[in-house]
Amino acid sequence: MTTATVSPAQRVTAGIGRTFTSPKYGPVLVTGILFIAIFVGGGMRYGNFLTGQVFLNLFVDNAYLIVLAVGMTFVILTGGIDLSVGAVVALSGMMAASLLQTGWPAPVVIATILLSTSVLGLLVGLMIHHFKVQPFIATLAAMFLARGLCYVISQSSISVTDPTFVALGVTRMSLGGGMSITWSVIIALAVVAAAVWVLHRTRTGRTVYAIGGGEQSGILMGLPVARTKVLVYVISGFCSGVAGILFTFYTLSGYPLTAIGTELDAIAAVVIGGTLLTGGYGFVLGSVLGVLVLGIIQTIITFEGTLSSWWTKIFIGALLLVFILLQRLLTARRR
Amino acid sequence: MSAVFARVFSSRLFWPIVMLLVLFLINVIAFPGFFSIQVRDGNLYGSLIDIVRNGAPMLIVAIGMTLVIATRGIDLSVGAVCAIAGAVACSILLGSSDPANPGVVIVAILAALLVGLFCGLWNGLLVAAFGIQPIIATLILMTAGRGVAMLITEGQILTVNSPPFKVLGSGFWFGMPVAVYIAAIIFVLAAVLTRRTALGLLIESVGINPEASRQAGVRSRGLLFAVYTFCALCAAVAGLILTANTMAADANNAALFIELDAILAVVIGGTSLAGGRYSLAGTLVGALVIQTLVTTVYTVGIPPIATMVFKAAVVTAVCLLQSPTTNEALAGFRRRLALRTGKGVAAA
Repeated sequence: MTTATVSPAQRVTAGIGRTFTSPKYGPVLVTGILFIAIFVGGGMRYGNFLTGQVFLNLFVDNAYLIVLAVGMTFVILTGGIDLSVGAVVALSGMMAASLLQTGWPAPVVIATILLSTSVLGLLVGLMIHHFKVQPFIATLAAMFLARGLCYVISQSSISVTDPTFVALGVTRMSLGGGMSITWSVIIALAVVAAAVWVLHRTRTGRTVYAIGGGEQSGILMGLPVARTKVLVYVISGFCSGVAGILFTFYTLSGYPLTAIGTELDAIAAVVIGGTLLTGGYGFVLGSVLGVLVLGIIQTIITFEGTLSSWWTKIFIGALLLVFILLQRLLTARRR
Repeated sequence: MSAVFARVFSSRLFWPIVMLLVLFLINVIAFPGFFSIQVRDGNLYGSLIDIVRNGAPMLIVAIGMTLVIATRGIDLSVGAVCAIAGAVACSILLGSSDPANPGVVIVAILAALLVGLFCGLWNGLLVAAFGIQPIIATLILMTAGRGVAMLITEGQILTVNSPPFKVLGSGFWFGMPVAVYIAAIIFVLAAVLTRRTALGLLIESVGINPEASRQAGVRSRGLLFAVYTFCALCAAVAGLILTANTMAADANNAALFIELDAILAVVIGGTSLAGGRYSLAGTLVGALVIQTLVTTVYTVGIPPIATMVFKAAVVTAVCLLQSPTTNEALAGFRRRLALRTGKGVAAA
């Protein structure tokens, strides 16, 4: 035994080293440090950057993306992918705007949207599981369907004037010290809390991780793989519906061309948040952190003023590359 | 008779061709002049010519995509590569004092192809050398690529005026659109190169099991590099045609969703996304199905904007028809049918 020669301090450093190089915690920690570094760096460069409101605005502006990333995390944890989320966000917005226009009460509209997006998720899930269609293609079909239905509903922008939606979208709750948040933030955080509970405290959550770790083993262990695999797409559909409603609160309009490419932002957030694309490893809170990193890059570019918006895309691409290489390195070292 | 029927029925091209014929039928009913082709100024015009001409860029991208998918990969970055190639060509044409000079046009085209080559090498590097999942490796260029294209065009939509360059998009040679010749050359090149040599077999072996084929002496890394580079080159050519068609480089909207259409064409053509088997002829039929579907939506008088709903329906139908579950059910149905007629048992 060589434990006698290892001092407690050395053991702690070794522990930290192991945490950083584990595929489970490593990427999340790196993302966390990156976020703090960008935030502090921004604070040193710009006067009004290092404030609570700038931080809270990340949640206010990206509430819908947080919810999307939560749903996407479930799907990616099982080793799947959902390309339809951006189009479903747009469809939810179009449904909300047009149904409210025809005079439906807000709660009924919200319930209808959540029900229809969940049913769409269910159909996609059934197609993937029972007809063995690849997730990529099945969700691609769902994306075409949802985007096409947007145009069928209307080809131009419809504004939302419903008092409930306007109130939920505009009202800001003061947190003291001049800081405030919107209802969307609370809804998004509630979704995150629910997702954390499901993934880490329930049988369903363990099955999700098990499917990502190895579907065959899951089946052999007698886990309800079929049901859970379909459920994951229902969750993603439901989350897209919630995200669509939050997006409608934020923009107070429905437009068929909104949210093009949002599915990629959601996937990028999940990857940057440390979830392995092959499934099995990852945390919902990591995905939230991923969204915050994307948000803060956007904020920096806004503060910088001279950097044009296309740099956002290049930065996100570069960041994706770094994190994927990092994941690759960490999983390679483990073997 | 039933053996012939069974062979035709089980062919992977059966459903795509049926679908194409159904679409043609709908078109003829809605628009009796669908198959008529007129000659104007020595050039051919007509619905069928429109289909092959407008479908050419997507077919070119789909040919490259077929080979990538055969290696069990996927290339999401083709749309972005199209945009980059268009941006490079347009910015060179705009930067020159005489955009109508054929020499300048050739330089612009070569530069765009060279940039396409680099994009392909980059994807190949990530997939073959670093071993990143193809969908994610190419997602990086898909995300960043349009940003790069916007950087080249400085956020503007560059419009150019160069008659020699315009030929690429809307010119005619011997009555047929130039774009169709380009697509045909690339198709024949890919088919001869992969089917008349062992290259296609090697690509398929990499798709079935890269590690096993490497141990069997196949240079799987080099093949992956080659396939992604070829795909990006195809995308660059398609980008040039699309740009020459509109005579404008739009970094944001050029070739938007072309990767999805191309993947659809490949999947409709019977190539499995699981890799290992591919059919270039299938891809050709698939691309025709998609382009005919778009044309059908126009001729039948459905708002063109609803095209995507129909695309979704076609994808779903094809996927469900090709799924193992359906195949088993169909096989069971045929067996029962054969049992009932009695004679079929011996034939089977």
